[in-house]
Amino acid sequence: MSNLLHRYPSFRNGVHPPESKADTHALKIRQFPFSPVLVIPLSQHIGAPAVAVVREGEEVARGQLLARSDGFMSVPQHAPASGIVQRIDFVPSITGKMVPGIYLKPHPGSSQEVAEGEPCDLGTASPDDIIAAVQSAGIVGLGGAAFPTHVKLKPPEGKTVETLIINGIECEPYLTTDHRVMLEHTADIYMGIRYLLKATTAQRAIIGVEANKLDAADALRAAAPDDMPVTTGVVEVKYPQGAEKMLITALLGKEVPSGGLPVDVGTVVVNVATAAEIGRLLPHGRGIQERVVTITGPAVGRKGNYRIPIGTPLRFALEQVDVSDNVSRVFLGGPMMGQALSSLDIPITKGTSGFVAFTSAETAAEEPEYPCIRCAYCVDACPIYLNPSQLGILAKNEEFDRMADDHSLMDCFECGACSYVCPSHIPLVQRFRDAKAIVRERQAA
Amino acid sequence: MLVITAVAALGGLTLLLATGLVVANRTLYVEEDPRFDEVEDMLPHTNCGACGYPGCRSFAEALVNGDVLPGKCTVSSGDDRADIAAYLGVDVGAEERRVARLACAGGKNVARNHARYTGYQSCRSAALVAGGGKGCFWGCLGLGDCERICDFDAIIMDAQNLPVVIEELCTACNDCVEVCPKDLFSIHPASHRLWVACKNLEFGDDILEDCEVGCTACGRCAKDAPGLISMQDNLAVVDYDRAHGTRLPIERCPTGAIVWIEEDGHVIKGDEARPTLRHSSLPEAPT
Repeated sequence: MSNLLHRYPSFRNGVHPPESKADTHALKIRQFPFSPVLVIPLSQHIGAPAVAVVREGEEVARGQLLARSDGFMSVPQHAPASGIVQRIDFVPSITGKMVPGIYLKPHPGSSQEVAEGEPCDLGTASPDDIIAAVQSAGIVGLGGAAFPTHVKLKPPEGKTVETLIINGIECEPYLTTDHRVMLEHTADIYMGIRYLLKATTAQRAIIGVEANKLDAADALRAAAPDDMPVTTGVVEVKYPQGAEKMLITALLGKEVPSGGLPVDVGTVVVNVATAAEIGRLLPHGRGIQERVVTITGPAVGRKGNYRIPIGTPLRFALEQVDVSDNVSRVFLGGPMMGQALSSLDIPITKGTSGFVAFTSAETAAEEPEYPCIRCAYCVDACPIYLNPSQLGILAKNEEFDRMADDHSLMDCFECGACSYVCPSHIPLVQRFRDAKAIVRERQAA
Repeated sequence: MLVITAVAALGGLTLLLATGLVVANRTLYVEEDPRFDEVEDMLPHTNCGACGYPGCRSFAEALVNGDVLPGKCTVSSGDDRADIAAYLGVDVGAEERRVARLACAGGKNVARNHARYTGYQSCRSAALVAGGGKGCFWGCLGLGDCERICDFDAIIMDAQNLPVVIEELCTACNDCVEVCPKDLFSIHPASHRLWVACKNLEFGDDILEDCEVGCTACGRCAKDAPGLISMQDNLAVVDYDRAHGTRLPIERCPTGAIVWIEEDGHVIKGDEARPTLRHSSLPEAPT
């Protein structure tokens, strides 16, 4: 059917940034070498940092536990390589903070065989067993947020999960990791969905795919097992379609209430790469040692999708892909929601979905900020119906409490659609991020 | 006719409500000590909060009630405090003068930036973008949030993008302490002369790559003044509960991270500290 006649389901508002995925979406996932030193932060997830269980100077095997989880809202950390623990010290992190972490020096001659753990048998395991196994595999949301996956698999008292949504949208420009995972690890994804369905006791699963990845949707449909209540739903190409609340609206027509979670409308959303990782690791009882990362952008010589060991320093990774000498700006996780980096010494962590590197040629012109002209482009762009224009004016006047109380500031998930469309180049989403931090500080005080 | 009805109706309503207000004013009037107003008038009206009360009015009430002595207000002049004391018939009371101190000396001539932040020019915003781009994560970002928030113009950014506290003007109101995203300011009695101007928690000389005046946790100061200085989390910490009128700890500091602040605000480094001759900015580290 022609695209002109057929409209895929979606949410209201949103933007259409250039996709820029053509460079890498057809490139197969390739294995990355080990860097001379791996830098493994103990906190690669949202929640309590893991607690190191190895000593400095200790030899570890690939897949061995390096740090155990500290409570329910925490995940453990496994050795990405066989080697020696050099030191346990501060390591640079994406937030710019120095956080506790482990420096691991891989053995150059080692076979790098992965240590087997205790397998989680799909046939006999109870939902709680699976949730525990997901936690001990160190699995977090691989889409970028790095929220511990096992936490959302356990619905709160009095709530049930009817639909499991597997998020294969990848609406962020440039990134193609989920696309490649859907094409190359289809069997792992379905194995992961089996575990997830059993853990959440959901009735059915829907894999959401954006209409620019129809080959992935076809591959998933072709490989779908007959005995599983799973369908693949194709949705419109629009940013931020991959935000879980937007995806629920597109696939089910339901709206997650303000301040609520997907479970409030009976759904759990899990990223497709996370599902694939669950399907790959749980049958062997292993932990995450590596992840698929897109390294792309005009400054990168050999763009591609790479399976990179956790803890690989970005500087090493960029050297391997022939990054241009006049690289001026590197974004972690794509240009829309990604984070500009201040240091190339930071390691690749579980939440790292990609890097986009630009040279000075693309980033030279800085547009000055002009006053708001009340054109309301941002209002038409905001996927959760906020009024970014009004919020921006309040932020300028530092009326942070009013932003939160009267204008639902805390519902903003910082997709950046408002800043993208603003003809006055007002850094709206940055202001909101500041304001949210201040409001959170005030609420904590 | 219509006009007359309207005027009469509104006029009547006005009279009625005015009467209500008058009655309310008489019956609900709260007798207040007239000294509250008098004392408040003698206070500086800055509502800075340095005294620990929410504003000058509540401080005036506390003064009149005898909960506190006028010396607690460090903003008013000595004469004003004496006037209040005389008016209330109490002692002036001595309050040690306190000032804000900055625990960073990493100006742009000695500390390196790893990246150039080009977003909204505020320290708080910059700190949220990968820490702000300074090589030392703990260091001052130099965008002047403290200078802007200070109601007393007691903070100015110097040529090296470091805030300088003018001690005569500082009222220890705590605003800069709260606004700094790196928590570099703290309020100290002005008599504290020993000062550790660094917050870097890393160990060893590696930090000198990023900042030439950082504390490398070598521990010489702690050896020279045992008890007074201790090393906590790779940083020298002064125990101000002990006698701290000695310059001994600063003498052998190799970087000048621990300093002696003279009464006039002049900062003195130890003899072994590498002198900073450079005035121009350090080049950015290649990223």
